[in-house]
Amino acid sequence: MTGDATLPGTLDTLGLEVTPLRSAVPAWHARAGVERLREIAIGVAAKGGRLAALWGADERDRGEGFALHLALAVDDALLWLTVSLPADRPEYPDLADIFAAANRMQRATYDLVGMRSTAADQRPWLRHAAWPADVYPLRRDFGLENWYGNDIEQYRFVQVEGDGVHEIPVGPVHAGTIEPGHFRFSIVGEKVLRLEERLGYVHKAVEKLFESRDLVAGSALAGRISGDSTVAYAWAYAMAVEGLTGVTPPPRALWLRALALERERVANHLGDLGYLGNDGGLAFGLAQFMRLKEEWLRLGGSLFGHRYLMDYVIPGGVERNVGRHGCEEMVAQCDRLEAEVRVLKDVYDDHAGLQDRFLTCGQLAPELARSLGVVGFAARASGLALDARAGPGFEPYDRLEVGVKTQAAGDVAARVAVRFEEILESLRLLRTIVEGMPLGEIATPFNTVGGGGRGLGRVEGWRGEVVIALEAEGGVIRRCHAHDPSWQNWPALEYAVIGNIVPDFPLINKSFNLSYSGQDL
Amino acid sequence: MLKLLRQIAVTGIASEPPPRPDPTLRVVEQRLKGEVLALFAGSLSIRHVDAGSCNGCELEIHMLTTPHYNLEGLGIRFVASPRHADLLLVTGPVSRNMETALRRTYDAVPDPKLVVAVGDCGCTGGVFGESYASCGRVSNVIPVDVAVPGCPPTPTALMQGILTAITARSRAG
Repeated sequence: MTGDATLPGTLDTLGLEVTPLRSAVPAWHARAGVERLREIAIGVAAKGGRLAALWGADERDRGEGFALHLALAVDDALLWLTVSLPADRPEYPDLADIFAAANRMQRATYDLVGMRSTAADQRPWLRHAAWPADVYPLRRDFGLENWYGNDIEQYRFVQVEGDGVHEIPVGPVHAGTIEPGHFRFSIVGEKVLRLEERLGYVHKAVEKLFESRDLVAGSALAGRISGDSTVAYAWAYAMAVEGLTGVTPPPRALWLRALALERERVANHLGDLGYLGNDGGLAFGLAQFMRLKEEWLRLGGSLFGHRYLMDYVIPGGVERNVGRHGCEEMVAQCDRLEAEVRVLKDVYDDHAGLQDRFLTCGQLAPELARSLGVVGFAARASGLALDARAGPGFEPYDRLEVGVKTQAAGDVAARVAVRFEEILESLRLLRTIVEGMPLGEIATPFNTVGGGGRGLGRVEGWRGEVVIALEAEGGVIRRCHAHDPSWQNWPALEYAVIGNIVPDFPLINKSFNLSYSGQDL
Repeated sequence: MLKLLRQIAVTGIASEPPPRPDPTLRVVEQRLKGEVLALFAGSLSIRHVDAGSCNGCELEIHMLTTPHYNLEGLGIRFVASPRHADLLLVTGPVSRNMETALRRTYDAVPDPKLVVAVGDCGCTGGVFGESYASCGRVSNVIPVDVAVPGCPPTPTALMQGILTAITARSRAG
């Protein structure tokens, strides 16, 4: 726990009264009046800070109106900023000109809590037609079981006009086995002039479901926000609960969590590299990588009890131990996989047809990635060395010297290269973790009676940074906001496809592989 | 190119035998006649619809067409349009925002058609249940023939569910 961490320099310059939050990552909380919101945001942005998350909460039952919450990544710390808004007029200034990613988060906050930003773009985001515009599901007087008529939504897409411009609507049901969302392409010939995304199709009341669950029961839900990142979510959630309650997981549990998190990263990169080969016309790649992924999932299933490691990380520790024999099996598998991945990397690198599809396709320039606040491996492929495992680092990563793999080009080829390098780095980390893993207990017994206040979790999942912000009273969740890295990266996809041809979209999309469920909540 | 060919040669064949159908997965009696099923069994086209899943079930559906499971080896393939499909494979609790899209997709599949609901959420609503945003189980929205539980169900369980949907045996018990 780093409750005694020194205040990062940037926080010092903001003129805020900050209090340290007990967490496995450096985190601070502060309150500010709404009149100071933009000034603080500008101050954070000027020092290279990012908007990590934005959400709202109904505090009227406490006589405190509404609360706007921001998680700001400042230096290596997270600043949780709370701004109180009056109950009769919950309005706050637009932040999207300072942090581009704020646009959709602000719209979602209005759909769910009814707190309005002053932005010109007031289109709904998570609300389609399943509940009326003047009903806000995350208000505390709203019952989960409320039910309204459903209708076809009329969403106002931005129209592109000009000679020969036409639209291609795609989705929500896509051609492949992927999640639902709508893409509206405005094109001339085969060239994409503009892509506009319409998401929210898999909104399933996750944040409302968190309310009134006890802190331990929230873990299973957190692990199902985005199934492909279940370890990252469950760990971030556990980190928030542990900070809130003061429960310290035993060291071995943290090392076992890191094993699970790196296995999740490898599994996802393997699958995506297979599909990227396939989408580039090399079916051989899909067959090979999926064979490797299946073998990887099988060993994970036998050692951790679940192929995708769901419910392995629990508040207080992990669900089961991996013994010496299991560790040896894992190391042997890492060695085998590394040899195979190196062969496949050579095949991909030498395949002229594939490289022709990858290179310069779907470019996201470093400057653009920075201004959009892009996170995760997509950021690293555009030259931004962001990785919560390395900075701020949390146990056990602070002792593992995580290599942050970056590329400068920001195209599909760069995202492919970063994924290859990250597989190899994760294999190195897995072997290092097995070697250095301390002995001892795997979970600290958990007493959910009581437990109130704030907790914050931040974990670098395979896709990027997952943030969980938790508030509880008497051991029961009052508000839990889960933030997926896809919030920041979906808008970047809209930019990356500009000027590309329509048939390259599946390839570009897969190179990011963003979560719908994670952002639709 | 040599490396690629060499890798294919050293990999060999990873495919495993498919599971047997399991009548306990049936939700309703088999509605289709033997001769229709005989046609399906030789060449079945599946359209997958994610109606609100957390994407966990999709990860396992992806595995069906990989070397170990080799669903296509049984004459079963995934198609891009419901109009080309015989069977809908539906995941998720059905979110209210996907309710209309799912109904329309179902309507677009030509008769005779089959529906397999996938995962604990598809079978019962799972951890998400029914709410202002969720219709719960798939059978609350469209008729379901076979339901495959699991969070997510393994590829073998999924294959079993699909094979059960196209066999003539009726529900056990």
